[in-house]
Amino acid sequence: MNWLLVVEQCLNGLQFGVMLFLMAAGLTLVFGIMNLVNLAHGSLYMVGAYLATAAVTRTGSFLAAVVFALLGTLAIGMLMEVLALRTLYERDHLDQVLATFGLILFFNEAVAIVWGRAALFTAVPSALSGHIQVLPGIRYPAYRAVIIVVGLLVALLLYVVVTRTRLGMLIRAGASNRTMVGALGVNIRLLYTVVFGFGAALAALGGLMAGPIYTVLPGMGEEILIQVFVVIVIGGIGSIRGALAGAVVVGMVDTLGRAFLRPMLSTVIGPSAADNAGPALASMLIYILMAAVLYFRPQGLFPALRG
Amino acid sequence: MRSRARVLTLLAGLLALGLVPLVAALTQQPFYLDLFRRIMIFAIAAVSLDLILGFGGMVSFGHAAYLGIGAYAVAIPAFYGIHSGLVQWPLAMVLSGLAALAIGAVSLRTSGVSFIMITLAFAQMLYYLGISINAWGADDGMRLARRSQFGGVLDLTNGYVFYYVVFGLLLTLLWLGNRLVHARFGVVIRAARSNEPRMRAIGFSTFRYKLAAFGIAGAIGGLAGALLTNQTEYLTPSYMHWTRSGEIMVMVILGGIGTLYGPVLGAVAFLLLEDVLSAWTVHWQVVLGPLLVLVVLYARRGLWGLLPEARRADG
Repeated sequence: MNWLLVVEQCLNGLQFGVMLFLMAAGLTLVFGIMNLVNLAHGSLYMVGAYLATAAVTRTGSFLAAVVFALLGTLAIGMLMEVLALRTLYERDHLDQVLATFGLILFFNEAVAIVWGRAALFTAVPSALSGHIQVLPGIRYPAYRAVIIVVGLLVALLLYVVVTRTRLGMLIRAGASNRTMVGALGVNIRLLYTVVFGFGAALAALGGLMAGPIYTVLPGMGEEILIQVFVVIVIGGIGSIRGALAGAVVVGMVDTLGRAFLRPMLSTVIGPSAADNAGPALASMLIYILMAAVLYFRPQGLFPALRG
Repeated sequence: MRSRARVLTLLAGLLALGLVPLVAALTQQPFYLDLFRRIMIFAIAAVSLDLILGFGGMVSFGHAAYLGIGAYAVAIPAFYGIHSGLVQWPLAMVLSGLAALAIGAVSLRTSGVSFIMITLAFAQMLYYLGISINAWGADDGMRLARRSQFGGVLDLTNGYVFYYVVFGLLLTLLWLGNRLVHARFGVVIRAARSNEPRMRAIGFSTFRYKLAAFGIAGAIGGLAGALLTNQTEYLTPSYMHWTRSGEIMVMVILGGIGTLYGPVLGAVAFLLLEDVLSAWTVHWQVVLGPLLVLVVLYARRGLWGLLPEARRADG
C-alpha cells in the first residue's frame, strides 16, 4: 500500500474529525448545560452552509460569506432558543426530541422553498484553491488544511474560554447547579441563550466550511448529525474533551475505513465479494466501534465530571 | 376502568375502521381503502413502539429499523422466488425480533439521552447497510413481484381481503397488548419505568424484562414492515430512514403515550393530516414541523388524553 495515500487519508480523516468536533462541541455544550437534546443542531449546520453559499454567490467574497453565515446562524439559533426551546429545558428528553424533530422538518422544507431541492455547489475560495507541502513529497489541498487548523484553533479557544474566563466559569457553574447560579444573581436565561447561540455559530462554522467540499442540500445536517451522535456517545456526553477525542477517532475510522477496507478485503475474500462487502462494512464501521465502546464503557471514553 | 367516553370512542373508531371498505366500495373510491390500510399498518408499528416507549419508558429512536428488516424479510425471499407468506411473515418477525434483541442488549446498557442516540445510530447503520447492498437494490430498492401468498386461502391482491387481514392483525395486537400490559410482565415493565432502582432492589432483573419487551416490540415492528412492503409492493431502504422512526414516534405522542389505543388514534391523525396537507401544498412539512412543536409544547397528553378519564384504576 502506498504510504503517501495513507498520510493523505489520515489528513482527510483528521479534517472530517474536525468538522464533527465543531458540531459535537455545540451539541454537547447545550446538552451539558441546559440538559437539552437538540436534534435540530444539524439544521443549524445546514443553515450555515446555505447562508454562506448564498452570500458567496451574491458578493463573491468568501470572507463576507463567513461573517454573514456566522452572524445569521447565531441570530437564528438564538431566536429558536427564545421561541421554542426555552420551554423545553424542564421537559423530558422525549419532548425535546419530538419538538426538535418538528424543527428539522421545518428547516429542511424552508430551505427547499428558498433555494430549491437540488444540491448547490460552490468553489473553494481562490486564495485557498492550491496545494501545500505538508511533508516532503506530500501535497495536500490548502483548503482542507485550513479546515484542520481552524478546527484545532476553535478547540483551543473553547478550552481557554471554558476553563479560563468568567463566561466559562458561569457555564461550568450553570452545568453543575443552575438554581444556585440563578440565586447568585446571574441572568441564567440570558446565559442559556448566549450559549445556545454560540453552539449554533459553531455548527454554522462547520457548515460553511463544508459547503465547498461536500454538497449543500436539504437534509445535509442530519447526515452529519447522526455521526455526531456517535462521536458524543463514544466521547462521553457533556464533555468537550470527549467530543474532541471522539470526533478525531470517528473521523479517522470512517475515512480510513472507506479508503482502505475494500482493497484490504479483496486480498482476503477476493475482489468481487469485497466490492459488495467493503462499502457496506465501511459505512457500518463507526457504529460497530460505538457498540464496542459502549459494551466496555457505557459512559463513554471521557465522561463529563458531575457533582 | 376506562371512562365511558373512551370506551365509546374506541368502539366507534374500530367500527369506523371496519366499515371503511364498505364506504370505499359504495363511493367507488378505492383510494380510501389504500389510505386506511396504510394507516393501520403504521398503527401496528406505533402500538409496538409504544409498548417500549410508553409502557417501558425506553425512548427508542430507531423503530424504523425493524420496519425495514421486516420489509427485507418479505422482499428478499420474493426476489429468490419464495412467495409464501407463511415463510415471509414469521421470518420478518423472527429476524426483526432478533435484531431488536441484539440492539437492545447493547443499548439498554445505557439510559437517557445516550439510549436515544444509540438506537438512532443503530437504525441508521442498518439504513446504510441497506443502501450499500447492490444485489438487493441498493438505494433504489426493488419491486415486489407478488404480494405474499397464502396458498389460495387469502388473496392479498384483493384489496378488501388485504384490508381485513391488516384490520384483524391490528385487533389481535390490541387484544394481546392489553393482556400483556396487565399481565405480570407488563406490570414489571411499567414499574421499572417509574422506579428502576426500587424494582432491582426488590429482586427483579429489570434488564431482562426490558430486553424482552424490546424484542417483542421489534418483532411486531417487523410484522408491520412485512405488511408495508405488501402494501406498497415495493421495498426501499428509506423504510429504515431515521425520519420514519421520528414519524412513528410522533404518532405515539400525538395519540397519547403510554396507552394502547392512543397510538392508533395518532397514526390516523398523523397520516390523515399528512394526506390533507400534502394535497394542499408540496411544502407541507413546513406546516407540519411547527405544528409538531406546538403539540409537544401545549398538548402533552395526546389526543387520547383529551378524552375524559374515569377514576384511575388501571394504573
